[in-house]
Amino acid sequence: MSNSEKAQVVLRLQGITKRFGPVTANADVSFDLHRGEVIALLGENGAGKTTLMNILFGQYTADEGAIELFGQPLPPGAPRAALDAGVGMVHQHFTLADNLTVWENIVLGVDHLTAPTLKARQVKSRIRDLAERFHLKVDPNARVGRLTVGERQRVEILKALYRDAKILILDEPTAVLTPQEAEALFTTLREAISSGLSVIFISHKLHEVMAISHRVLVLRHGQLVAERATKDTNREEMAALMVGAEVSAPSIEARAAGAPLLSLRAVSTPDQGAAPGLKALNFELCAGQITGLAGVSGNGQAALSDLLSGLITPSAGEMALHGSSPARWSPRAAIANGIARIPEDRHKTGTIADFDLTENAILETYATRFSQRGWMDWGKARAFAESLIKGYDVRCPGPDIRIRLLSGGNMQKLILGRVLEENPDIILANQPVRGLDIGAVNYVHGELAKARARGAAVLLISEDLDEIMRLSDVIHVISEGRLSPAFARGTMRPEELGSWMAGHGFDSHGMDTGAPDAA
Amino acid sequence: MDLLDILLSASFWAAAIRIASPLIFATLGELICERAGVLNLGIEGIMVAGAFAGWIAVWGGLPLWGGVAVAMLTGMMLGLVHSTLSVPFGLSQHVVGIGLTLLATSLTFYTYRVVLPEVSSPPKITAFQPYEVPFLSELPLIGPAIFAQTPLTYAGFILAGLTAVILYRTPLGLAVRAAGENPSAVAAQGLSVTAIRMGAVTVGSGFMAVGGAFLTLSAFDSFFFDMVNGRGWICIALVVFGAWKPGKAVLGAVLFAAFDALQIRLQQTGIGAVVPYQVFLMLPYFLSILALVLMSRRAEIPAALMVPFNKGER
Repeated sequence: MSNSEKAQVVLRLQGITKRFGPVTANADVSFDLHRGEVIALLGENGAGKTTLMNILFGQYTADEGAIELFGQPLPPGAPRAALDAGVGMVHQHFTLADNLTVWENIVLGVDHLTAPTLKARQVKSRIRDLAERFHLKVDPNARVGRLTVGERQRVEILKALYRDAKILILDEPTAVLTPQEAEALFTTLREAISSGLSVIFISHKLHEVMAISHRVLVLRHGQLVAERATKDTNREEMAALMVGAEVSAPSIEARAAGAPLLSLRAVSTPDQGAAPGLKALNFELCAGQITGLAGVSGNGQAALSDLLSGLITPSAGEMALHGSSPARWSPRAAIANGIARIPEDRHKTGTIADFDLTENAILETYATRFSQRGWMDWGKARAFAESLIKGYDVRCPGPDIRIRLLSGGNMQKLILGRVLEENPDIILANQPVRGLDIGAVNYVHGELAKARARGAAVLLISEDLDEIMRLSDVIHVISEGRLSPAFARGTMRPEELGSWMAGHGFDSHGMDTGAPDAA
Repeated sequence: MDLLDILLSASFWAAAIRIASPLIFATLGELICERAGVLNLGIEGIMVAGAFAGWIAVWGGLPLWGGVAVAMLTGMMLGLVHSTLSVPFGLSQHVVGIGLTLLATSLTFYTYRVVLPEVSSPPKITAFQPYEVPFLSELPLIGPAIFAQTPLTYAGFILAGLTAVILYRTPLGLAVRAAGENPSAVAAQGLSVTAIRMGAVTVGSGFMAVGGAFLTLSAFDSFFFDMVNGRGWICIALVVFGAWKPGKAVLGAVLFAAFDALQIRLQQTGIGAVVPYQVFLMLPYFLSILALVLMSRRAEIPAALMVPFNKGER
């Protein structure tokens, strides 16, 4: 972007400082955004990216500094000011109402509340025009709750475009997309950029930052520590800038598989509402191996993890654990057979937010290990929690604080410790690093590698292909409840896996194994 | 069989519509509150206050519609109390609602004694009289059943249509529904969730109070302490029965009222001589629970109902 210096400045931040009590969330942050430019905003969790965006959108008022939009000063603390001036934001957690339709979600808040009618027909035709122009295919009459995650994101982007946004802020936009969907998003963005849109792109994924941005800004501890033209930097440098030190991802070398600990033969499970069940799955988890399960969420991952944790039983097919099929399959039987879980949603099913660390540490074993004759042994429980805090580097004031107050990374470390301390044979790791920063990601991956080294079978379910490809000895792709063949480490390119994730290739494969294809 | 005769008589359906009227007002009020994400358990007390306020205003010399307006304002004031505590302060909607019911009921009885210290039986007013809609009231069965009611009943049905149009056809209604589904989506558009929810609770409470006033200004012509008699709680159930949709909620109100009208008539038939009358009194509630179970299993509850919204929290 040689001409970006000459292009019009659309957004200017000058010396933004924000303090929360003793904590400085943003310290003297200044930068310019030009017309048609993409800035990548990099930083670990807690680096101050969200605070900065909240100041821009008037949710917080900066203690010092000023913001200019299109040459006009932005009044602080006025939520509508940035929106009205043409700034749109696509949040990481979508702000859509599931029970409303696409067009209702898009038009919400556009007209003044005293306007007499919604003019549904005009709204819908305008949405269709925009959708066509920017390759954002979505049905305006569909209910948002029925849409896939990728479609929901399109709705969010349409929402911004519908308001004639000139600046688009994307917070972790590809966290939930397949490589193909991400590529489609980038196509849309390039289209929009060429017509003059400016973009702030917040992401952890360095290869995407390299692919789409013109400039990279790195935030660390609230400070802008580096600014680079994307063409003059590389992934290693960016990672180092983010954490302030050289980053070393755990290296995982290929090794021979042990005996199969768990095997499924033509196992099917019923569909559960919109979520597909498993369709005649053949599948093995072997000792000393990490098996990666790639796929867009909502394609049967839930059914597989529910099956392995004993929440549902197969409707057809056979399941064998340690070579014999379990007589009665239940969560209790799963635990008794040495299956441990790192749940997908650590807030919802992994922890109880208002319990302290001690209580959360013994959540799964309180009845067996930490009680005697019906009485809790709190001394032992507390000692266990303290050992987890030490052994798994959980950074916290102590075992007596509520787990709600911990960062996602530290919460996940406690869960990980709780799981691994039982020395399980089979570890079901469902999205174990979702939303964690690089330091915590490497820690979790390192621990999974250690479990593998001592002979555990690990099932890694993730939407992040990078993660799957780096860690797994064997990779399967799941799509609409069907499972791809096992691909050995290093034999597949991301595009090929992405094609499987999009549902291609299953039919010919299905004929090989004789799997019945549910119409 | 007597039952068929009853079900085919215009007077039975006229009674059902009459009994349904206060329920329609209050159910619409509750529906608006819940669509915005606030459960308003103050409904019972607000109805009591509305019944009293409307009646005492007319007794004091205001015209009947003036009484309705006074009831509405009384309800809105109580709604403002509820929403102030439950929305910006984010207090438990259950506790605030039940507290408000107790407060409004006691305050009404206290005011009654202050205004009328000497009376042994409450004075009567001249209530709304039935108005026969020209032409329509001459239709067979439907005419005398629906089009020979008091103006306040007509107002209730018009209000139901109006509520539906506002909820589904205007930006305001969309914002109210979105506030009950995902307040973050509303806040992300720079709209005030607090203002929308407080507004919805305030207006909804006004409708509840008019529902109460129907009892004193149209159904009867005086005020008694126990006259609301749990109707508010029925309306909470009717909102669920109606799956948070105005049309279905009105249908539910008429259905419940029909059960009520039916039990009164059944008491006077041959069965009434054998079966204790308490069984008949129980009938509408029993049938309502049954209908509720059957109807509301697939209902889509507003996703953010009873979830306080705090800016900046996830």
